[in-house]
Amino acid sequence: MAGGIFESKLGIDPTKVERARQLARDIAIDVVNFVSKYSTVSVERTICRFYGIDNITEDGIPLPNVVVDHLKDRGALTDGAAIYIANAVLHTGMTPQEIAEQIAAGKLDLTKLPMKDMEEIRSTALDLAKKAVAIIDEKKEERKRMLEELGDPPQPYIYVIVATGNIYEDVVQAQAAVRQGADIIAVIRSTAQSLLDYVPYGATTEGFGGTYATQENFRIMRKALDEVAREVKRYIRQTNYSSGLCMPEIAALGALERLDVMLNDALYGILFRDINMIRTMVDQYFSRIILGYAGIIINTGEDNYLTTADAYEQGYTVISSQLINEQLALLAGIPEEQMGLGHAFEMDPSLENGFLYELAQAQLSRELFPKAPLKYMPPTRFMTGNIFRGLVQDAMFNVVGIWTKQGIQLLGMMTEAIHTPFLSDRFVAIDTAKYIFNNMKSIGDEVIFKPGGIIQRRAQEVLDQAISLLEKMREDGLFKSLEKGVFANTKRQMKGGKGLEGVFEKGKYYYNPFIELMHRPRI
Amino acid sequence: MGGGLYSLERKDFDKTLNLKAIKPYGDTMNDGKVQVSFTLPVPNGDEAVEAAKQLMKKMGLDNPMIVYHHELTPGFTFFIGYGDCVHTVDYTAIKVPKVQVHKMTMEEIDDFIEKNIGRKLVVVGATTGTDAHTVGLDAILNMKGFAGHYGLERYRMFEVYNMGSQVPNEEFVAKAIEVKADALLVSQTVTQKNIHIKNLTHLMELLEAEGIRDKVIVIVGGPRITHELAKELGYDAGFGPGTFAEDVAAFIAQEWVRRFGSKK
Repeated sequence: MAGGIFESKLGIDPTKVERARQLARDIAIDVVNFVSKYSTVSVERTICRFYGIDNITEDGIPLPNVVVDHLKDRGALTDGAAIYIANAVLHTGMTPQEIAEQIAAGKLDLTKLPMKDMEEIRSTALDLAKKAVAIIDEKKEERKRMLEELGDPPQPYIYVIVATGNIYEDVVQAQAAVRQGADIIAVIRSTAQSLLDYVPYGATTEGFGGTYATQENFRIMRKALDEVAREVKRYIRQTNYSSGLCMPEIAALGALERLDVMLNDALYGILFRDINMIRTMVDQYFSRIILGYAGIIINTGEDNYLTTADAYEQGYTVISSQLINEQLALLAGIPEEQMGLGHAFEMDPSLENGFLYELAQAQLSRELFPKAPLKYMPPTRFMTGNIFRGLVQDAMFNVVGIWTKQGIQLLGMMTEAIHTPFLSDRFVAIDTAKYIFNNMKSIGDEVIFKPGGIIQRRAQEVLDQAISLLEKMREDGLFKSLEKGVFANTKRQMKGGKGLEGVFEKGKYYYNPFIELMHRPRI
Repeated sequence: MGGGLYSLERKDFDKTLNLKAIKPYGDTMNDGKVQVSFTLPVPNGDEAVEAAKQLMKKMGLDNPMIVYHHELTPGFTFFIGYGDCVHTVDYTAIKVPKVQVHKMTMEEIDDFIEKNIGRKLVVVGATTGTDAHTVGLDAILNMKGFAGHYGLERYRMFEVYNMGSQVPNEEFVAKAIEVKADALLVSQTVTQKNIHIKNLTHLMELLEAEGIRDKVIVIVGGPRITHELAKELGYDAGFGPGTFAEDVAAFIAQEWVRRFGSKK
């Protein structure tokens, strides 16, 4: 159970918090019951990847896609990739990688092999899975050792982005940012990677607005960050995106390459990338099982709601969504300490007392999710190109961040909306954030809010609004609520969007051994 | 060189404004004061500062002064500097291509359309290609608009289809045909490697291939879009930063009447 002993600076009634959480739990359980009946092509490709199937064909098609398409074309995917691969291993004695290569060469048809005894197949599938899980265990151990050796920086972690399109250039920028004081480095993905139904392969040097997420790029950045972490003597966290049509595959790659933080939010994909809701909810469930097990912090995308909806009028949608995301995460086995629930500093600067409302909202998130390393996003919508004013807006954001003890502070850049950050932009952002974080370190412990004042009233109002939204959503269910446009003023159809053709109902013999090995539900 | 707060530097230049030869203004007419910041790929030190000053001179900045320098990461030094610009610009000779539009309010635009066109104008908007940014598009189209300027959805006389982001040009054009669009709004934010140029050119080719180019008013907007660029690519108008919904709405209404005539 989330929460614990409740102590509120906002005068929040704990029974209301319990009520909100219960409503969100009902909504989330409903979703999980639904998605448990389905699997997707990307879930099956994830199993292939965990089984060690890697590399691409001469035409550049990743082998996990070859294997899953092979089964799909033969109408055999409903029982899942794991049992067919395990059956082939039993027959041929080859490794999954060799089997995939044979399929790609047209020399093997998985559906033509007679099926061995189902118990034997399942136990082979499970044994194969244990090898992948052992690698993840090793990576977790490695992270733990490095954290002990180098030390964990204080929160809020300073999170900055690199986005050159070229992984080798990203490394230069990332190491520079770490030397300047960054704790977390995110490599922004190439525009539209979220809509690719495969994971690109190898080291990449060309991308639009970002760098492709590939296993090799993950490795290159991991090595560079470990190197610079030893130099600056603090552990540096690596971030990428387990989102879009390949959500669980990228979660698996993150788990295998010791990523520390991954953006992971089906709601974001539904609303902002028009990905089909069933597809991405099924994908998210398995992703979160992987991420939870691998000790990776998830970041959810509620901050984005406020780029299309007004932060004052619809602040409660952020809270409602955070509560739902928390429950979906708990059901998938993610502990509270790994929940980087998202929100953003997007109050209209012309709003009188906008800073107070923002403070109320951020503090409310803090109190609702006391153990979560909340992910706080900087102003973007109201950045004007006036870099001098922009620096002040970012400073106001940093004040709220330290005051309300956010976990992960994605630093704003004064040149937001102008260009991808220069080396010097990042320096100015980190330098000024560190000044504020240090100079105001204990303000949250020292200052209390006036009982019944603007801040307390605002927080209570937002929570009440969130509860009434959750009540409606529980009646309708999450999917229908999204059809009605409850979040980000955006309506999405249950059968609409991209990727629905990759969803299938699980067959009688369906088996995913990784759920058995990694799922640790927290409710 | 003087310096500091109470500069005794002689100001022996002409202090009258001459629009044929304007210069940056710090606190005295024609002082030419310019503020710069940049990074050089060298370690911090006296040589770095000297290099920065020499570079500023080559930029046309006299009396270069480095007020701050800091090594960002080994081998890269950041500078903030001030100097006096030696160059001038003839302001009287400047001509900038601009969208020709008579400014109107939301109410005036609705009345104008009702009176001169007599039906709602159909507008289809999208962020096309791989671009995922919708903030600009939403600011123009969404009911709520931006900074107190209501979007086109709020107008009585516009019927708006906002297709959102990452819309393939083919789908965009198909929608335009399906709903018999009067105007198309394309938003482009990502401009790395000139991807927007390719995308915008492709869209124009599709519209021509489908034979509907002359039937629709085609507008592009984005942080790095100028009217000049838009015209060059065959668009009717280009809107950059600082554009509000009523600028776009007035253009559509007036351009429609200019092109197809008033019903009166």
